[in-house]
Amino acid sequence: MSKIRFATVWLAGCSGCHMSFLDLDEWLIDLAAQVEVVFSPVGCDLKDYPENVDVCLVEGAIANEENLELIYHVRAHTKTLISFGDCAVTANVPAMRNMLGGAEPVLKRAYIELGDETPQLPNEPGIVPELLDQVRPVHELVPVDIFMPGCPPSAERIRATLEPLLRGEMPVMEGREMIKFG
Amino acid sequence: MSITTLKINGQDVVTESGKTVLAAAKEAGIPIPTLCHLEGISEAGACRLCAVEVKGTPKLMAACVTTVAEGMEVETHTPKLQDYRRMIVELFFTEGNHVCSICVANGNCELQDAAIEVGMDHSRFNYRFPDRGMDLSHSQFGIDHNRCILCTRCVRVCDEIEGAHVWDVGNRGEACYIISGMDQPWGEVSACTACGKCVDACPTGAIFRKGTTTGEKQGDRAKLEFLVNAREKQEWSR
Ligand code: SF4
Ligand code: SF4
Ligand code: SF4
Ligand code: FES
Repeated sequence: MSKIRFATVWLAGCSGCHMSFLDLDEWLIDLAAQVEVVFSPVGCDLKDYPENVDVCLVEGAIANEENLELIYHVRAHTKTLISFGDCAVTANVPAMRNMLGGAEPVLKRAYIELGDETPQLPNEPGIVPELLDQVRPVHELVPVDIFMPGCPPSAERIRATLEPLLRGEMPVMEGREMIKFG
Repeated sequence: MSITTLKINGQDVVTESGKTVLAAAKEAGIPIPTLCHLEGISEAGACRLCAVEVKGTPKLMAACVTTVAEGMEVETHTPKLQDYRRMIVELFFTEGNHVCSICVANGNCELQDAAIEVGMDHSRFNYRFPDRGMDLSHSQFGIDHNRCILCTRCVRVCDEIEGAHVWDVGNRGEACYIISGMDQPWGEVSACTACGKCVDACPTGAIFRKGTTTGEKQGDRAKLEFLVNAREKQEWSR
């Protein structure tokens, strides 16, 4: 049997979910023996998301055009997409800017009103991705197969989600240990 | 004392007449999920989480405001009810702004508990992200309307137990929110005795003590029931 092609992506999140993933400690060695890591900010150097990915953990909400492009690409090339952590599942902290009503007031607040020296709006088309007006959870844009809430999900929760998948089964996302937000 | 006999989930239940279906179910050891219900204060029927099916009517009935009747047949956990309960909880989360990871009530919140109970791993409704604001004008407490689920427990506890009636519900529909005094900043409402009962009554992190940070709020709900029992039944200890 060929190895499970495994990926993780990091969208609008603080990387805490990925840090929690690294908290799996020695179980990462077991995991590495069972999967081929084909894309991941913490586990692989490849810069382009490949085709035919079996399982992908998606950390973060959809906040800018790069996130949007990547999530459509990830969805198209992934069998089992997991919303990984509260930012992916609810949009969480990154979405607190939604209350300001759009990208422009957010940028003005951050870069003009609070800019101590040479206040100016960031503008580098093609290099700095444009902010979307609203930050959204992943499943409001593409279908998601498994939801793993938590800010961040604990290493135990991550392991309890991945282990059944490695056996070809769906994890049961129920109860405080698996689905408590925050 | 007159007695009423009914069936809950097929089980024969005998209870005192005049009780609610919720109370009868509790006595019979059948837990029904609730949010706006709080022991010691009146019922509001505001959250609908306790909805049950009653034979002979197509309408779902809120168990906390439905009185038992002779021969009544009640179902509390049908698939239809479970589905509605999950929808109700999803709507609570999407209606306001619930960022659990930075909330005072994280880990000790009745809305989070309800989400776990109904199996909510995500919301099927889109988030609204309303701009609701907060009031930090009181010297000891704050209210963050983003986390308020409009259960009116604060309104009732302040009116019925403290007797101060600081809170009320303003506006209609999606613009509803909890107001203090005559829609004044809480800190300017002289009727507030700063007793803190609303902090304990609030099921979420919406009303809190200043200085409480993430995950530190521990609402003492049983204290309110104790106060009522002390006054009405002279039970002075708990
Ligand atoms: S009130 Fe409860 S559900 Fe809302 S943010 Fe706080 S902990 Fe989460
Ligand atoms: S502190 Fe006491 S008096 Fe003041 S609003 Fe809360 S319940 Fe009412
Ligand atoms: S502030 Fe708390 S107690 Fe009052 S209505 Fe909102 S959630 Fe309920
Ligand atoms: S507990 Fe019955 S409606 Fe809220």
